[in-house]
Amino acid sequence: MINKSMIKNHMITQKPEKRIHNYREVSQGYTNEQALDEAKRCLECKNKPCVKGCPVRIDIPGFIHRIVEHDIEGAYQIIRASSLLPAVCGRVCPQETQCEELCVRKLKGESVAIGHLERFVADYHSQNNTDKPIIVPTNGIKIAIVGSGPAGLSCANDLVKKGYQVDIYEALHIPGGVLVYGIPEFRLPKAVVEREISALIKQGVNIYTNVIIGKTLTIDDLFTMGYRAVFLGTGAGLPKFMGIPGEMLNGVYSANEYLTRINLMKAYDGVSKTPIQSAQRVAVIGGGNVALDAARWAKRLGAKTVSIIYRRSRTELPARYEEVVHAEEEGIIFRMQTNLQRIIGDDFGFVKKIQCVEMTLGELDDSGRARPIEKPGSEHFIDVDSVIMAIGTTPNPLISQSTIDLKTNQKGCIITTNNTGLTTKDMVYAGGDVVTGSATVILAMGAGREAAQAIDEKVTSDIFKKPPNI
Amino acid sequence: MFKIVLKTILTPSVSLMKIYAPNVVKHAKPGQFIVLRTDSDSERIPFTIAEANQDDQTIAIIFQVVGASTLKLNQLKENDYILDFAGPLGKPSQIDGLKKVCVIGGGLGCAIAYPIAKALHNQKTYVHSIIGFRKKELVFLSSEFKDISDCFDLVTDDGSAGKMGLVTTLLKALLDQDNTFDEVFAIGPLVMMKAVSELTKQYGIKTIVSMNPIMIDGTGMCGGCRITVNNKMRFACVDGPEFDGHQVDFDEAILRNKMYESAERKAYDHACHLLKEVQNDQ
Repeated sequence: MINKSMIKNHMITQKPEKRIHNYREVSQGYTNEQALDEAKRCLECKNKPCVKGCPVRIDIPGFIHRIVEHDIEGAYQIIRASSLLPAVCGRVCPQETQCEELCVRKLKGESVAIGHLERFVADYHSQNNTDKPIIVPTNGIKIAIVGSGPAGLSCANDLVKKGYQVDIYEALHIPGGVLVYGIPEFRLPKAVVEREISALIKQGVNIYTNVIIGKTLTIDDLFTMGYRAVFLGTGAGLPKFMGIPGEMLNGVYSANEYLTRINLMKAYDGVSKTPIQSAQRVAVIGGGNVALDAARWAKRLGAKTVSIIYRRSRTELPARYEEVVHAEEEGIIFRMQTNLQRIIGDDFGFVKKIQCVEMTLGELDDSGRARPIEKPGSEHFIDVDSVIMAIGTTPNPLISQSTIDLKTNQKGCIITTNNTGLTTKDMVYAGGDVVTGSATVILAMGAGREAAQAIDEKVTSDIFKKPPNI
Repeated sequence: MFKIVLKTILTPSVSLMKIYAPNVVKHAKPGQFIVLRTDSDSERIPFTIAEANQDDQTIAIIFQVVGASTLKLNQLKENDYILDFAGPLGKPSQIDGLKKVCVIGGGLGCAIAYPIAKALHNQKTYVHSIIGFRKKELVFLSSEFKDISDCFDLVTDDGSAGKMGLVTTLLKALLDQDNTFDEVFAIGPLVMMKAVSELTKQYGIKTIVSMNPIMIDGTGMCGGCRITVNNKMRFACVDGPEFDGHQVDFDEAILRNKMYESAERKAYDHACHLLKEVQNDQ
């Protein structure tokens, strides 16, 4: 029986006035009844348009059908066949521009809440599953994975399942990459990430933290150590600045620094020794998820006013819709069609105020979005004591600088052959943000899987060509 | 976990630790640094490598107790473990082809200047070392510097050891006596590096300084260590830590170093208070 409701079931959330005083997860997930009710909204279309919107092609109507049949574990297995991190993606994927955008229910009302259902299924599984991990006997062939973010984790998962001996090298002291240093606890609890990583370790994957490939060990060292192939999933970790006056003032943070101090180093916690400025009036520059994460943390750390400053209009905000709604509920001010021109400091080198200008929107630019144009005479000042730059990141050059035969493009992204992730260096593969520039968790995961497939095919064909040197 | 195999007290507030870290030693070169985290609540703190010993696979660091985190590190003893230890980071010192160099160390900066002076000495460069401290009680590495220098000078602010004066007083006298150098390496407090750079600029002698700004990861990720060099933004962790002293905006770097001054003072006082309580209980 189809549920004809035009609107989605909404997850229970912590009340805004309460949640800005803690850092626990905002959304609490679906109840069993809500999940069943929402699953019944799916029309189970024959041509499955939603699947075309999913970067890893999860059989969406298939898993939703299992929910309707009360077979939640079955639903989980369907998702898991395509996605390594359903509990993560259910929380952080931009579903409204992917699967849910193509949902037929959207023609008349709201789409099926595919993301909420994915999250429900993944959380159900982790609470109820007692399965022992399936350990595939190792084939003795060593593969090195550089970076333990979404790309590296999914590549490792596929390779260990095929019997390879997989070692992950992580530069920081905790594995997880952007899932740990970037995405806040209130949006993605670290326990969820730890669970996924410990599942990999149980399957036999080794993770070595504090190893900076390109510095501690080079790619060539890895081959000398006996690795047959190397996958680079090092992400896009280098923060961009605007090149405007005042960016060197105290109180100006890259979003990376701000979020790393808080998420990775736990500066919000009284026990942690990593300091963070307790700012009262914060301006966050940018309109993506990272900007919203920083703004909402600033609020939770006690800022009285927090503004998002974005050049285009609300409709162009690149952040997930749900996060925009949550941020608004929490009292974040959205100063749209506004651009930062300069940051002004006091005599001691600390941020005092910013000069902004209003923007009008012109014709579409190369990115397909309206080009923002400064409105003459609209310059104005806003008093702030902290400015957080969330205008994007580029790949870290440590590996490309130390590996001469690894080619990058003008933006510093590693050049790869389509669909395989093969770089210009033999037996070195790459995927995720280090190839595409900053994108999404799900795209990085997809790239990790494709590379795992390509590595397996190459290693297998090499073995058939000549006997391995053991 | 990384084992402390040796700890030596150099002065009442400066210690040397040798840490067993075979991975870090492998590619470590003079001028590079490491980042460590004492335990799970600690900050990530950068330290320049004082010695990378390929024989016993250890990295030596020399540090001064200046805040809560270094106080905590200093409480660790031989055979204790450091939780996280990563490196080598940053670019190595460029010393190829140098014939005659003046290496200047100021205070704790001597710990960073020493491995550079030693590497220069080992490649047969003429090394004139000038090391400066506030007073006699703070002097360390003096005999080590002497051993690897063709000419060696020790200065103290109050004249309690060596000559009286600042490193710049002595350097100016040398330059006025028509001594010349291919390059000067100046490593110490920001004000000292600024003063040396301003002086050598007048004499047209290239000067390399080593910057040690606030940073978290040390791999280019946070951008906290950004400084202005030749009117361009540079990250000390990946573009440095060594830069042309004539191009560094020192005044800005001095202001940026004060970002967490009050928080650090508070944390240090708190840590000292806790330490006293523990000592009273024992």
